[in-house]
Amino acid sequence: MKLGLTLLAAAAAMVTVSTAAYAQATLQQVRTRGSLNCQVGLPTPGFYALAANGTWSGLDVDMCRAVAAAIFDDPNRVQYQSVTSAVRFTSLANGESDMLSRTTTWTAVRDTQLGLEFAGVNFYDGQGFLVPRASNITSARQLDGATVCVLTGTTTELNLADYFRSHNMTFRAVTNENVNVLVETYLGGGCDAYTNDKSGLASRRAAFPNPNDHVILPETISKEPLGPVVRHGDQNWGDIVRWVLYGMIEAEEMGVTQANLAEMQRSTNPGIRRLLGTEGNIGQGMGLPADFMVRVIRHIGNYGEAYERHVGANTPIGIPRANSLNALWTNGGLMYAMPFR
Amino acid sequence: MSSSTSTAPPRPSFLNDAGVRAFFYQAAVFVAVTGLLYYLISNTITNMSQRNMSAGFDFLDVSAGFNIAFTLIPYREGDSYLRVFQVGIANTLLVAVIGIVFATIIGLIVGLARLSTNWLIGTLARWYIEVLRNTPLLLQIIAWYFGVFNLLPRPRESIDWGGLFFLNNRGFYMPGPVPQEGFGWTLAALLVAVLGAVLIVMWSNRRRRATGRIFPGGTVATALIILLPLAVFYGSGAPLAWDWPTLRGFNFVGGVSVPPAFCALVVALSIYTSCFIAEIVRAGIQSVAHGQTEAARALGVKPSRTMRFIILPQAMRVIIPPLISQYLNLTKNSSLAIAIGFPDLVSVWMNTSLNQSGRAIPIVAMTMAFYCVVSLAVSGLLNLYNRRMQLTER
Repeated sequence: MKLGLTLLAAAAAMVTVSTAAYAQATLQQVRTRGSLNCQVGLPTPGFYALAANGTWSGLDVDMCRAVAAAIFDDPNRVQYQSVTSAVRFTSLANGESDMLSRTTTWTAVRDTQLGLEFAGVNFYDGQGFLVPRASNITSARQLDGATVCVLTGTTTELNLADYFRSHNMTFRAVTNENVNVLVETYLGGGCDAYTNDKSGLASRRAAFPNPNDHVILPETISKEPLGPVVRHGDQNWGDIVRWVLYGMIEAEEMGVTQANLAEMQRSTNPGIRRLLGTEGNIGQGMGLPADFMVRVIRHIGNYGEAYERHVGANTPIGIPRANSLNALWTNGGLMYAMPFR
Repeated sequence: MSSSTSTAPPRPSFLNDAGVRAFFYQAAVFVAVTGLLYYLISNTITNMSQRNMSAGFDFLDVSAGFNIAFTLIPYREGDSYLRVFQVGIANTLLVAVIGIVFATIIGLIVGLARLSTNWLIGTLARWYIEVLRNTPLLLQIIAWYFGVFNLLPRPRESIDWGGLFFLNNRGFYMPGPVPQEGFGWTLAALLVAVLGAVLIVMWSNRRRRATGRIFPGGTVATALIILLPLAVFYGSGAPLAWDWPTLRGFNFVGGVSVPPAFCALVVALSIYTSCFIAEIVRAGIQSVAHGQTEAARALGVKPSRTMRFIILPQAMRVIIPPLISQYLNLTKNSSLAIAIGFPDLVSVWMNTSLNQSGRAIPIVAMTMAFYCVVSLAVSGLLNLYNRRMQLTER
C-alpha cells in the first residue's frame, strides 16, 4: 500500500516536472539541450536524404542546419527525427521536436486549429501524378476508374479526392502512411498511378531502377506551399525560423554567397550591412547575436545555393528553378523575403 | 464461534484497528487516484487551450474529404468524420468476424491433426504450429501482402476461375447478388427453417433424455435449413440477379471485390491465430482421461458419438476460456492493418482522421472506447456460454 502511494506521488511529480519544462521558451530549451530537435520525414532524396554514414542532407535539412548555425554557429548540432506524415503534427505539438522541416503544406486548418505556426515557404509545389510510361496515359483526365497510391494523412489525399470529384471521375485509393510501402506497391503494379507533390515525384523517380520508364503527367492539381513549421504560442521561436529563411532568400537577392561572405562583410551597401549585422542589430530582437546570418551563410549559403545543391537542374532530382515559382521575385518567381530592416 | 464476550479479543486501540486502517488506506488511495486523474485531465485541457488546439466532438459532422479504398457501408468523399468512424468500425468487425471463423476452422483441423497417430500428419501439424506461432504477426502480414498478394498478376492477366472469380494484384473479385422483387419470401423461409431447426433439435434432445431413443435431429435440422429456402427460392421464380465483375478500363467493375490488403490481413490473422487455437484444442482433448474413451467403447458407443457427446463436452471446459482470449487477440491484432493500408478503424480513424482533423484527444478516446466495448462484449458473451458449459456440482 505504501509502495502504491509512493508510485502515485512519483507519477504526479513527473507530470509536474514535464509541464514545467514545457513552459520554458523553445530557444532556451534548445540552448540548454545543446542541440536542435528537428523533424524530417522518411528519407526523400533532395529534401531529406539519409546517407549511408547516417548524415542527413537536403533542402529541408538545410533549414534545420541553418537554424542550428544561427543559434550555435555549428550546423551539426541537430538531432534529426525521421517521422511519418501521420504523426508529424502531434509530435511537434507535444514538444518532441522544436521544428518541422519536411515538405509540409501550409493550410488554414493546420495553421489555426492544430496548435501550429507556419514560418514561411521554402518550396512552392503542386500535386501531380506519376504513371508508368508503358501505360500510354498522357493526361490526368484519362485516370477515370484508376487505382491511385497516395500517402495517408496528407493534403495530397484530400486534393486527390477533390480533383476526381470535381471532374466526375472515380478512383480507388491505395493508402499507407509509409512512402516506401506505397512506392513498392506502385512499382509492383498495385496501383495505376502514384500521386504526390511534383517535387516528391521527381525525387522518388530519381531513385527508381529505371527512372525513364515513368512519366509525370502535365496536370498540377493543387497549390502546395511547403515550409518549416513551429509550435503555436512561442512567437520568438517562430520569428527565429522565419527570419533565418528570409535571411537566406535576402542573401541570394543581395548576391551574398558562401564564397564571397568575407568580402561582403566589408561591403558599404546598407542592405548587406543590415543583413550581416555590421550595421544595426536585427538578431537582438530574437535573442540571437547580431551576426546570426553570417553564421548561416558561412555554413549553409544562401537560398539559391541550397536549392542548386540539393534539387536543382544539376542534381539527380533535376527540378529547374528558372521560370518556376521558386525563382526569386526579381526573376518572376515567388521567393520574396520581407525587408531586413 | 462463540457469542460470549469473554472469549473475544480485547478491542485494539483506534490506530491499530485493522478496519480503521483499511478504511484509511482505501480512502487515501481513492483521493490520490481521483486527484491525479483530475490533474491529468485539467492539465491536458489547459495545455490544449494554451496551444490553441481544439478539443471537443464538434468536428464529427465536418466533411472528411478523403477516399476510403474499401467500405462495407456506403461512403463518399464528402461524408462526415462520424461516417468515417462507422466505416472503420464496420471494416474492423468484418475482418474480426471472418478471421475468427477461419481461425477456428483451421485451428480445429490442425489441432486434431496434431493428435493424429499418423506420423506425417502429426509432424506437419507440429511444424506448422511451431513456425507460424514463433514469428511476429506484423512480419507475417507484411510477408503476405508483399510476398503474395502484391505479386499477383495485373488486372489484364488476372487469375480466372470459370469467368466468375478473378484474382489480381488489385483485389479478389466475385459476382455480387442483387436481390429482385420477391426475394423477401426466400429470406422469410430461411427464418422459418432456422426456427423449425431449433425446435427439432430441442425436441430430439428432450426425447433422448426421456426415452434414450436417438433421433437424427442434427441431420433433419440441416436439411430443413437448406431445402426449405431453396424450394421457396425456386418456387417464387429465382428472384436473384447477379452482378458480374467485368474488365473495363483500368480494372474489373461490378460484383463484389475486396482489396489485396484485406486478403493479406485475413489470411495472416487467421493462420497466426489458428496455431494458438490448435494448441488449445489439443490441450483440451488431451485433458480428458483416456478412460472415458475406453469406457464408451466398452459400452459400444460409436467413435463419432464418443467424440461428440463424451470427449468434446468435457474438453470444451478447458478450451473455452483460452479461446475467448484468442478471439479478443485477433480482434485487437486486426489494428496491425495499418502497416499494409487496409482501412480498418485504426487506419482510417486514428491515423487518417486524426491527422486530417488534428483532434487527437477525442479521436483516441473514441478508438479506445470502441475496442473496450468490443472486448468486454465478446468476453461477456463467451463467459456466459462458458458458465453453462462448466460442471454443475450437485
